[in-house]
Amino acid sequence: MADATTGRGARRARPLSPHLQIYTPLINMVMSILHRLTGVALYFGTILLVWWLIAAATSPAYFDYVSSWFAPWYGQVVLIGYTWALLHHMMGGLRHFIWDLGYGYDLGTIDLMSWGSGAASLIFTALIWFTVAFARGGA
Amino acid sequence: MVQLTLPKNSKISQGKTWNRPDREGDWKELKVYRWSPDDDDNPRIDTYFVDQKQCGPMVLDALLKIKNEIDPTLTFRRSCREGICGSCSMNIDGTNTLACLKGMDEVSGAVKIYPLPHMEVIKDLVPDMSNFYAQHRSIEPWLKTDTATPPGEWKQSRDDREKLDGLYECILCACCSASCPSYWWNSDRYLGPAILLQAYRWVIDSRDEATGERLDNLEDPFRLYRCHTIMNCAKACPKGLSPAKAIAELKKLMVERRV
Repeated sequence: MADATTGRGARRARPLSPHLQIYTPLINMVMSILHRLTGVALYFGTILLVWWLIAAATSPAYFDYVSSWFAPWYGQVVLIGYTWALLHHMMGGLRHFIWDLGYGYDLGTIDLMSWGSGAASLIFTALIWFTVAFARGGA
Repeated sequence: MVQLTLPKNSKISQGKTWNRPDREGDWKELKVYRWSPDDDDNPRIDTYFVDQKQCGPMVLDALLKIKNEIDPTLTFRRSCREGICGSCSMNIDGTNTLACLKGMDEVSGAVKIYPLPHMEVIKDLVPDMSNFYAQHRSIEPWLKTDTATPPGEWKQSRDDREKLDGLYECILCACCSASCPSYWWNSDRYLGPAILLQAYRWVIDSRDEATGERLDNLEDPFRLYRCHTIMNCAKACPKGLSPAKAIAELKKLMVERRV
């Protein structure tokens, strides 16, 4: 930055204009932020998935022990959250894939794809977990 | 770097209310960011009321009326008042646009006005654009050729000329760059949407002979690839251009020249 001085000597430090604080949370921006957040969440979720797979390969007793962490309501919340994070990031990935190919740049399409990928992630998460609940009920 | 909150000297406080509706009229409230280098105060939000029956329809009309009749210290850039000079870019009602193209009737409730986001403020609504202009210079926005200058002019086919449509109209108001979170966090190294659109404008100009050199200059993790297709730029452009699309085309060219 230019370091101009006034006649009075050293210049006062200039303030930074507000940004996130005042910008309208446009759906495209919100989806971008969620894409980043779900991406980070997937690191932790994937560690849990690996833990579960290792348990399955270790022994029935250890598998039961690990399963006991996922069975209670808080474990189920984590699993549903991981499912949603995975699907949100996947839908976001598809959206970005289309954009990277050079399509979908008019303003209406940007909003449609942003809302659409968000909605799709919720719908697929719900479908998966209804299927799980149905399979459990039927068993 | 990502810093979600404002530095201490940039926190905004409540300012003063300069006038109140004092007669029948179609009054509009304007809440405007103020900061002056001549005192030691933090930025503040001042409130003004403008009678729309006595004022032009655009936000710029209201700002000029305030400056002329209520508060001559209010500072902002403006020139052409018809969306071609790009001077009056600012954040109005939560998004970046030109004050001269934004109708007050497009805003419900009070009109909130801030300088372009995440820039150093010189005074009130005037941000320091030095970095933005330096970045523009860095992409060498002029025709570069090796062949001898032809007599007359550099000719271009109709089709080649059409490739510049949607690009040449850019007025460098910086609404898009200042709307981009990637640019907020990395404006020291990332060129931002406006400058990348300008870069693309020269890359696809059929008369320009420095295409490879221009792409080399952009082949950088920050200069080009900090664009994460957030799309705020396309939404912000008051001229209806799509910097996002121009950047996507640049990224495609980067890939195509390697395969």
